[in-house]
Amino acid sequence: MAAVIQLDDVHKTYDTGDVAVHAVRGVTLTIAAGDFAAVMGASGSGKSTLMNLIGCLDRPTRGRYALDGTDVSGLDRDALAVIRNRKLGFVFQNFNLLARTSALENVELPLLYAPDHLSPEQQRERASRALETVGLTNRAGHIPSQLSGGQQQRVAIARALVNEPALLLADEPTGNLDSQTGVEIMGVFQRLNDAGMTVVMVTHESDIAQFARRTIVMRDGVVITDAPVRGRTLAGGATS
Amino acid sequence: MRFTATGRIALQALRRNKLRSALTALGIIIGVGAVIAMVGIGNGAKAQVEAQIASIGQNVILVFSGSMTRSGVHSGWGGAGTLTVDDAQAIAREVPDAAAVSPEVRTFTQVAAGNQNWSSQVLGESADYFAIRQWSLADGTGFTDQDVRGATKVAVIGRTAARQLFGDESPVGQIVRIKNVPFTIVGLLTAKGLSVMGSDQDDVVVVPYTSGMKRIMGTTTLRAILVQTSDAGSLNLVQQQITALLRQRHRIGPGRDDDFTVRSQQEIADMATATAKVMRVLLGAIASVSLLVGGIGIMNIMLVSVTERTREIGIRMAVGARGRDVLLQFLSEAVTLSSLGGGLGVLLGVGTAKLLSAVAGWPTLISVSSIVIAFLFSAAVGIFFGFYPARKASQLDPIEALRYE
Repeated sequence: MAAVIQLDDVHKTYDTGDVAVHAVRGVTLTIAAGDFAAVMGASGSGKSTLMNLIGCLDRPTRGRYALDGTDVSGLDRDALAVIRNRKLGFVFQNFNLLARTSALENVELPLLYAPDHLSPEQQRERASRALETVGLTNRAGHIPSQLSGGQQQRVAIARALVNEPALLLADEPTGNLDSQTGVEIMGVFQRLNDAGMTVVMVTHESDIAQFARRTIVMRDGVVITDAPVRGRTLAGGATS
Repeated sequence: MRFTATGRIALQALRRNKLRSALTALGIIIGVGAVIAMVGIGNGAKAQVEAQIASIGQNVILVFSGSMTRSGVHSGWGGAGTLTVDDAQAIAREVPDAAAVSPEVRTFTQVAAGNQNWSSQVLGESADYFAIRQWSLADGTGFTDQDVRGATKVAVIGRTAARQLFGDESPVGQIVRIKNVPFTIVGLLTAKGLSVMGSDQDDVVVVPYTSGMKRIMGTTTLRAILVQTSDAGSLNLVQQQITALLRQRHRIGPGRDDDFTVRSQQEIADMATATAKVMRVLLGAIASVSLLVGGIGIMNIMLVSVTERTREIGIRMAVGARGRDVLLQFLSEAVTLSSLGGGLGVLLGVGTAKLLSAVAGWPTLISVSSIVIAFLFSAAVGIFFGFYPARKASQLDPIEALRYE
C-alpha cells in the first residue's frame, strides 16, 4: 500500500535564545494507508512536536516530509493551511469545539475554508453525513455545553472527517474522558480504520495504545520502538 | 472562503456577544450621530446667514460715517457724523450707476402707542429704502418722496414692534408716539428675521429721514448712506466713485485717512460666511473626535476579542483557515460593527438635528452627502481600527493558539 506519511531523517530544533532545544532529532518513519499507529512516550520525548510536524502545524528544521505523496517540508504557512484543510483531520484532547456553536456548524467549519466552494446546502449535507458516521444525527442542533464529553469528542471526529482527509490525527483523544467513554471513542477510531482511514494517535496510556495496530515509542526526540500491537484490544464491532 | 461565509461568521461572532457588540457600536453610533447633527447645525447656520445676507438687499453699498476719535477712544461707525444729506444727494446726482440712495439716521428709543410702550430701533430713511432692502409691506403703504420732502409724521412699522405695541390688532392707521411726537402708521412690513449680527430686524419703526432728523433726533448729520447699484457688475466701480466723490467733498488730501467707510454687501457677506464656515469646521472637528474615539473603542474591543478567542483562531487555523481568512473574518467583524453603528448613528444624528430644530429652534440642514460620507467614514473607521487586531489574529501561531488557555 502507498505511504500516507513518509518522514526522512526529520529534525526539529527550537531556538530559545541561548540554548537550541532539539525536540526531534532524526526520525525516519513510514506509515502506510490504512494503518492505525499509536505514538507513545513520556512528556518531553518529542512526540507532541512530531505530531505537530505530521499535522503540518509546524515545519521541520531539517529532513523531508511527504504527506500523501506530496513533499510538504518546504511549504509556507498558507500552503500548509490548505494541506491541513484537504488532507488532515484533527482530534484534540480537549475537543476544541467552538463554544455556543451547534454541533452541525462545528462540523461544517473545515468546509468554510475548503477551496472547492460548496453551497450552504451541500455543506449542511456533508456535515450531516459526517455526524451520522459518528452516530450523532439527533444531536446536530446542540451546542457543545449541552453535550457529554464523549459526544463532544465524536462531534470533533465528525469535523475531522468532513473533508474526507487522507489522515486522521488524534492528540490524546481519550485524555479528558472516563475510561468507558474512551473505549467508545476507540471503537469509533477502529471502525473508521477498518473502513480504510489512516489513523495516527498520540497517547501516553498503554491500554489505549492497545487499540492501535502499531505502537511507536519515542524518547529524547528519537523513535526507540516501532512494533505491531500484539493481542490488540477491540472495542467491539471492529475486526482485527 | 467566500465573502458571504465571512460575513456570516462575523455576524455569528457578534451575536454571541450581543451586549458587548452593542456597547462597542455605541461609540460609533454617537460619533456618527454627532457628526451628522453638528454638520446639520453648521449647514443650517450657514443657510440662515446666507438668507440674512440676502435680506440686506441686492447690490447694496453701505457708506458709514467715519468713526470719531476723542482722547484715543474710537466710537463705532457713524459716530462722527461726517456724512450729510448733501453728500447723499451728491452721490445720487454724480454717480451714474447709483440707482437708488437712502440717507440713514437711526436711534434706539422709546416708542409708545396707547398705554403700551416699547424700546425700538427708529430708522430715518428715504422712500427708496424699502426697494433697496427688498422689503415688502404686509399691510398699508410705504411713505413717499413727498413725505420725505415735507418731513411728514408718518411711519412704517416692523412686525416685532407692531406686535409689542398693538398686539394682534392691525397697526395701520394707528398713532405711534416717538419721543412724544405722534406719527401715523401707514404701513406694516413683512417679517425679515434676524440680521447677520443677530439682532431682530423686525423690531423697527421706519420714518422719513427728514422727519427723523428734525422731529426725533435733532441732528443734521447722517449715520450712513445706503446705495443700490443698477447691477452687480458695477459694485466695485460705484464703490470707487463714492470714495473719490466723498474725499473730494470732505476735502481730504492725498495720504490722509477717509472720514467714512464704504462697504459693499459682498464684503459683509464674505465676513459672515467666513464666520459660519469657521463654526461649521469647528463643529465638524469636534464631532470627528468622537468618531475617532468610537474607532479606538472598536480597536480596543477587537484586541480583547482576539486575545479571548485565541483558541478559536487556533481551531480555525488547524482545520485550514489561512492567515487571510482569519484577517478577513476579524476585519469584517470590525466593519460590521462600525457600519451597523454608522447606520444607527445616521438615524440618531437626523433625530437629534430634528429635535434641536423643534426644541431649541436652531435651523438644521441635513444633506444626503453628509449622511453618505458619515456612513462610509464609519465603515472606513472599522477597516482602519480593525486592521491591527485582525492582523494580529492572522499572525498567530496555530500551535500556540491551540494551547492557549
